[in-house]
Amino acid sequence: MTRYFTDKLAKYIVFISGFTAVVILLLIALFILREGLPAFSEIGVFDFIFGNVWRPGIDQYGILSMIVGSIAVTVVSMIMAVPLGIACAILLAEVAPSKVRSILRPAVELLVGIPSVVYGLVGLVLLVPIVSNIGGSGFSILTASIVLMVMVLPTIISISEDSIRAIPASYREGALALGATKWQTIKGVILPAAKSGIGAGVVLGMGRAIGETMAMIMVIGNSIAFPNSLLDAARTLTGNIALEINYATGTHESALFATGVVLFVFILLLNSAATVFLKRGSNAQRLG
Amino acid sequence: MRNVSAKQTQKLAMAGIWGGGVITLLLLIVIIGYVLIQGLPGINWEFLSTNPKGGLSGEGGILSTVVSTLYLIGITLVLLVPIGIGSAVYLSEYAPNNRLTRIIRYGIETLAGIPSIIFGLFGYALFVTVLSFNFSILSGALTLVCLLLPTMITTTEEALKAVSYSYREAALALGTTKWQMISRIVLPSAIPGIVTAVILCIGRAIGETACLYVTMGGSAAMPSSLLEGGRTLSLHVFYLAMETNAMDKAMATAAVLIIIIILINALTNLLAGRFQKRLKGIS
Repeated sequence: MTRYFTDKLAKYIVFISGFTAVVILLLIALFILREGLPAFSEIGVFDFIFGNVWRPGIDQYGILSMIVGSIAVTVVSMIMAVPLGIACAILLAEVAPSKVRSILRPAVELLVGIPSVVYGLVGLVLLVPIVSNIGGSGFSILTASIVLMVMVLPTIISISEDSIRAIPASYREGALALGATKWQTIKGVILPAAKSGIGAGVVLGMGRAIGETMAMIMVIGNSIAFPNSLLDAARTLTGNIALEINYATGTHESALFATGVVLFVFILLLNSAATVFLKRGSNAQRLG
Repeated sequence: MRNVSAKQTQKLAMAGIWGGGVITLLLLIVIIGYVLIQGLPGINWEFLSTNPKGGLSGEGGILSTVVSTLYLIGITLVLLVPIGIGSAVYLSEYAPNNRLTRIIRYGIETLAGIPSIIFGLFGYALFVTVLSFNFSILSGALTLVCLLLPTMITTTEEALKAVSYSYREAALALGTTKWQMISRIVLPSAIPGIVTAVILCIGRAIGETACLYVTMGGSAAMPSSLLEGGRTLSLHVFYLAMETNAMDKAMATAAVLIIIIILINALTNLLAGRFQKRLKGIS
C-alpha cells in the first residue's frame, strides 16, 4: 500500500514545485509594484517618467535622462553587435569548416560565462582611456555601448545560428541548383527564411542590454545630467537602482522601485516581441 | 559580365562573414589575455590565503571573499537543486498539455528574461526588509535561487527528456508506480545532465553581481554566520575597481574568476559529451 501513498505524495510535491517559478514571478511583480506605487501617486506618473531632474535631496524625481541613457546604450550597442553577430552566425551555420566551428563555438560560450564585472573592469582600464582621447572624460555612452556590444554578442549569435540551422536543406539545395552562388543563396534564401529567428535574437539581446547593471555603472560615469552626445556621461535605469537603493528611504526608496517598474515594463515588451518573432518563425517553417 | 560581378560580390561577402568571426574571436582573446597578463603576476599564496583589509587601500588578499562565495553557492544549491529538479520532473513527466502548463512555461520564460537588478530589488524588499534577514549571505542566496531557477529547470528538463521512452515503458511494464519509474529509472539515467545543470548554475552564481550588490551588504570581513554580510569574488572586483586604487588587485581577482569560468566551461562540455555518448551507447 505504501508505494501507492508515496506515488501520490510525490505527485503533489512535484506539482507544487512546478509552480514555484510562477509564484516567484507574481511575488516579484507584487513587491515591486507595491513599493513603487507610492512614488507614482506622489510624484505623478507623467512627471516621474518625463521629469528631467533627479535630485533626491530636494525631492525631485524625474527619470527621463536615465530612460534616454538606457535606450541610447542599447541602440548604439545593437548597431555594432547586430551586423557582427549575424556575420558570425552565418559563419558558424553555413560557411565555416568544422575545425573553425570547434574553435569559434566554445569561444562564444566563454563570452557568455565571463562575469559582467570583468567586462566592466576591462572597459574601465582599457577602453575609458582610449575613448577619452576622442573627447570627454572617457566615461561615456560610447564606452558603455562598446562594452555592451561584446556582452550581447553571444545572445545574437546563438539564437541567429539556431534559426539558420533550422532551415530545411532543400532550400539551400534548390537555390544552389538554380546556379546561385553561396552568397546569393545566403542573401536571397537563407536570411529571409531565418529573419524571424534573427529578429528574436536581436530583441532578446536588447533585453540583456537594457538590463545590464554592474558593467554599465563601471564605465558610463553615472551622471544625472541629461546626455547631449555619445561622449557624455550618463546613467542607466539599472545603475540608478543599484547605486542608490541601499541608503534610500521614504519617497526616494519608492522612486527607485518605480524605476524598477519602468524597467520591468521595458523587459516585458521586449520579451513579448521576441515571443511573437519566434512564433512567426515556427509558423513560417511549418508552411515551408 | 554578370557572372564575374556575382563572383566578386560573393568574395566580398565571404570576407565580411569571416571578418565577423575573426573580430569575435579577437575580442575574446583581448579580454581574456589582458586580464590574465595583468592579473596572473598578482596571484600568489599570500593573495589567496589572506583576507582583504577592506577600506580604501584595497590591500590584502581574497580569502574571505572565496569563503563568502562558497557559503553563498552552498545555500543556493541546497534550495535550488530540489525545487529545480521537482519542477523539471513535473514539466517533463506529469504536466498535461493544457492552459495551466502553458502558464507555468510562460512564467519560467518570463522569469528568465528579468534583469538581475530587478531580482535584487525584490530580494531587498522581501528578504532584507520584510523578513528582516538584513544584508546577509542568506538574503543573497535566496535572491540567487529565484534568479537561477529558470536555468536549473530548463536544463534539467532537457536532461530528463533525453532519457529514452523505452526506459519508462519497460519500467511501467514491470509493474512499478509512476514515481518508482521516475526515481529509480529516469532520474538516475539523467544524472550527468542534471550535474551539468548544477555546474551551469554554479558558473552563473559566481559571475552574478547586481542582485547581490543590493542584498549582501558587501562586508570584506570573514563571515561567521549566514546572517552576516559578505562579498563574493565578483563583488570584490567591483568594490576594488570603484572604491580603491588597487587596480592590480582587481585584475588579479578578475584573473581568478576567469580561470574558474574557463574550468567550469571545460567541465560542462566534457560532461555534456559523455552524457550524449552514454545515452547513445545504451539505447
